Amino acid sequence: MAADFGFRLSPSSTINLDKTDLTKFNQLVEEEPDVKKCISCGSCTATCTAGKFYDIGLRKAIIYLQRGMEKEAVKMLEHCMLCGKCMMVCPRGLNTRHIILSISRIYKSERQ
Amino acid sequence: MIYQGKQKIWSDYNKEIPDDHWYYVRSCIRQNFFPASERTMVDICKNVLKKDFYENPNHTTCGGIAYHCDTLPQETAMTIVARQFALMTESGYENYAASCITSFGNYCEVLETWHEFPELEAKIRELLWKSCRREFRKPKYLCHTSDLIFKYRNEIAAKAKYKLVNCRTGEPLRVVEHIGCHYSKMFPSKGVGGAEYPYVLVGMIESWGGNVIDYPERRHCCGYGFRQYHVRANRGYSLSNTHKKFESMEPYKPDMIITNCPGCPYFLDRWQYVISEMTGKTYGENGYGIPVFTYEEVAGLVLGYDPWDLGLQLHQTAVEPLLDKMGIPYDPARKYLGLNEKDLKRPELPGTLRCC
Repeated sequence: MAADFGFRLSPSSTINLDKTDLTKFNQLVEEEPDVKKCISCGSCTATCTAGKFYDIGLRKAIIYLQRGMEKEAVKMLEHCMLCGKCMMVCPRGLNTRHIILSISRIYKSERQ
Repeated sequence: MIYQGKQKIWSDYNKEIPDDHWYYVRSCIRQNFFPASERTMVDICKNVLKKDFYENPNHTTCGGIAYHCDTLPQETAMTIVARQFALMTESGYENYAASCITSFGNYCEVLETWHEFPELEAKIRELLWKSCRREFRKPKYLCHTSDLIFKYRNEIAAKAKYKLVNCRTGEPLRVVEHIGCHYSKMFPSKGVGGAEYPYVLVGMIESWGGNVIDYPERRHCCGYGFRQYHVRANRGYSLSNTHKKFESMEPYKPDMIITNCPGCPYFLDRWQYVISEMTGKTYGENGYGIPVFTYEEVAGLVLGYDPWDLGLQLHQTAVEPLLDKMGIPYDPARKYLGLNEKDLKRPELPGTLRCC
C-alpha cells in the first residue's frame, strides 16, 4: 500500500499534442474557419445565460477541442440554449451559434 | 535543442560580472539543506581562485521567504535589504553576491522599485536611519553566486581533476540543469542568458565536459513555490509539480541534475523518495534515483574535493552512482562521518528508493 504522507499526487494535466488526434478539429476548421479567429477573450463566457447555472463557455470549449479533450468540450456545450448573446458580444464577429451547432454535429460520437 | 538559436538568445542577455572584490551574503535555508555548498563556494573563491571574497558575520536573512509568503510588508522587506546594503557599504565593497536565488530576485526587485519610485527609496533610507542609524550605497554590481561560478567556469575547468564524463565509456554525462524561478523569470535581463534559456548552468556543464538535456518541462518550477509547500494541505501540489518534471525528463535518462537555487535541489532530491514511496517508481538506474547537486557541489567534485567533505551524504538520493561514473574515489566507511570525524549516525533506509 502506498505510504500516507498526508498529501497526494494530483493527476497530471500534461497534454501531449504529438499523441492527440485532431482529425475532427481539422474537419471543424475546414467547415468553420472562424474557429481559428477566436482570441480567447472570454466575452462569450461572461455573457452566457446558461453560464449562471452550468460550467459552460465557448472559449474554454474551443481550447479543449484544440487540445484533443473532446468529451469535456461536448459535455460543456450540451447546456447551450443557442440564445446567441455570445455572437452579439464577440469582438471578432464569430458566428458562435453556428460553431456550436457544427461542433455538436461533428463530435456526435462524443455525446453520451 | 537548436543550438544556434539558443546562442542568439543567450547573446542578447550578456551580463557584466566583475572578476574580483565581492561582498558575499549567505542564504538562510541553504545551510540546513546542503550545509557544505556555501562553505565550498567561499573556499573555491578564496583559496583555489584567490579572489577577494568577503562576508560580514552581521548579515541576516533578506526577508524573501516571509515576503513571498505574504507575512511581511514590502517596506519591512526593503528595510532589511537596505541594512544588508549598509553592511556592504561599511565593509568597503561595491559588488554584491547573493547565495540565494530568492534573495537575488528580492534584491533585483527592490532596486528596480527604487529606480521607478525614488520617493520610496528615500522613505526606506529614513526608516533604516531611524531603526539602526545606518546609511547605504546601492551595489554597483549585483549577481547571484552561480553567475560567479559561471564567470570562473574556465578557470575551474583548467584546474579540474575530474570531468563530467563517464569514465567507463568516455561519453559526456547527460545533465539536467534546473534554474530557480527567481533567478531571471522576474527580470530576464538580470540573468545570464535571459529567462527562457538561461545559460548560467549550461555554460558550466559545457566547460566541465557534460551534455545538457533539453526536455519538455525544463523551465517548469521545481514545485517548492513557498506557500505550496509551507501549507501542508498544499504539499500535494508541490509534489505534483516535481513529479511532472521527473516524468518529462525520464525518457532522456539523465545521469545527474544541477540546480542553482536553495529550494530546487532540496525538493528534486527529497521528493524522489516521496514519489517512490507513493507510486513505487524510481527514476535512476537499478532502483536508484537521479542524483541532484548544487553547482558548488559539482564545482567541488570537478576540482577534486572529497565527496563527504562536500556534504553529499546528506542527500536523500544516493550520489554514489554518479561518483562511480565520474571515477571519483570515495570511502563508504566515511560516509556518515561529519566534521572532525563526528559520527552522524546511519539513517533509516527507504523501502523502495535504493540509497546505498
